[in-house]
Amino acid sequence: MQVPATFEYERAESVPHALELLERYGPEARVVAGGHSLIPMMKLRLAQPEALIDINGLADELGGIAVEGDELAIGAMVRHTELLESATATDLFPIFRDAERVIADPIVRNRGTVGGSLCQGDPSEDLSAVFAALRATAVIQGPGGMRTVPVRRFHQGPYETAVEPNELLIQLRVPVAAGTGSAYEKVERRVGDWPVAAAGAVLRIEGGVIARAGIGLTAVGAAHFCAPEAEAYLEGRAPDEEAFAQAGRIAAEHCEPHADQRGPADYKRHLAAELTRRALARAAGRS
Amino acid sequence: MRITVSVNGQSYTRDVEPRLLLVHFLRDELDLTGTHWGCDTSNCGVCTVQLDGVPVKSCTVLAVMADGHEVTTVEGLERDGELDAVQKGFVECHGLQCGFCTPGMLLTARALLDRDPDPDEARIREAISGQLCRCTGYENIVRSIRWAAEAR
Repeated sequence: MQVPATFEYERAESVPHALELLERYGPEARVVAGGHSLIPMMKLRLAQPEALIDINGLADELGGIAVEGDELAIGAMVRHTELLESATATDLFPIFRDAERVIADPIVRNRGTVGGSLCQGDPSEDLSAVFAALRATAVIQGPGGMRTVPVRRFHQGPYETAVEPNELLIQLRVPVAAGTGSAYEKVERRVGDWPVAAAGAVLRIEGGVIARAGIGLTAVGAAHFCAPEAEAYLEGRAPDEEAFAQAGRIAAEHCEPHADQRGPADYKRHLAAELTRRALARAAGRS
Repeated sequence: MRITVSVNGQSYTRDVEPRLLLVHFLRDELDLTGTHWGCDTSNCGVCTVQLDGVPVKSCTVLAVMADGHEVTTVEGLERDGELDAVQKGFVECHGLQCGFCTPGMLLTARALLDRDPDPDEARIREAISGQLCRCTGYENIVRSIRWAAEAR
């Protein structure tokens, strides 16, 4: 039987209350929402927080998916199932539907949250690549007020994010622009598993050329989950198969995949190129 | 910590450690052993119960998180001595097999049919994809859920 080590448990009643609890318990406290990453790590004693601040009661305050001006706002407490089933989000960005359908399984998705996925900072996490491809912004609240951080600067290392111990991720904001197509391609060993490799693509095509490209990569050691060299290569080019294949090769060259039980490094690098190519082609078809 | 949880319509108040998992609360504190406990890693899905009507894996939910909420376990599916349609389906179509994954499958199937009364086979397979049948006999489970959909 796997049992977590002992910890103090507090239930936050509002965002200010959560921040007050974080201040009181200090850096050894952890915020728990869905808990589907954190609790298994606690059971394996890979994580031993001294206190858990439960924010499940803030599902209304930190929930909701809505277009606000030229941005799509997604609350940190939005559960994966809710994002998958949100026509507002998936009609604008089919990449969310592609990715959410392959994140864990339907029952885990009922509980896990979007914000929790990003804050866990797992180097193989799917939504980190999705939001990196989308060039989203993270809204973080702390004792001094609100601040924003581009998702591409959100991850600072494995399991390390820009969120300080006394802060809370409250929302993700995605820029919305006409003519944008998006897609996500993942290879996994079986349903519900972490990716062997995965790639997300977001393309804005104007006048027959690529005006803006976003490429997200996960599980392959891509810095900040993105592929800026391949994006730069694509911008200004015609959206054709040759350009997508070359962008895939460039993206793969800049990865640093590690060999593990999911496969050797060269296989993962191959996947990074191929999945990038496929995601770009599908994204172009949807723009 | 003192918690009050409504399980199958009955309210239970207990003092529990925050680290107690919901699956162990149900089995060890309330003696509701219909909820099985399998892989302990949120993979196999045998510990699935409904929390406020939504299927969750109870080995990854703390009992304290269920405080003030409603839990439905397999013991709560039957009404006034009458089996739920999904339970009948599992009997009719031999969906039980060894029975270990059955309680979780039943609760997922019930939640699926509550939202989508007429799911096709692909939808059923997707809904139970987070639950492992070690008999590898998904055919009869899928048939059982279809039977329940048609019996309504």
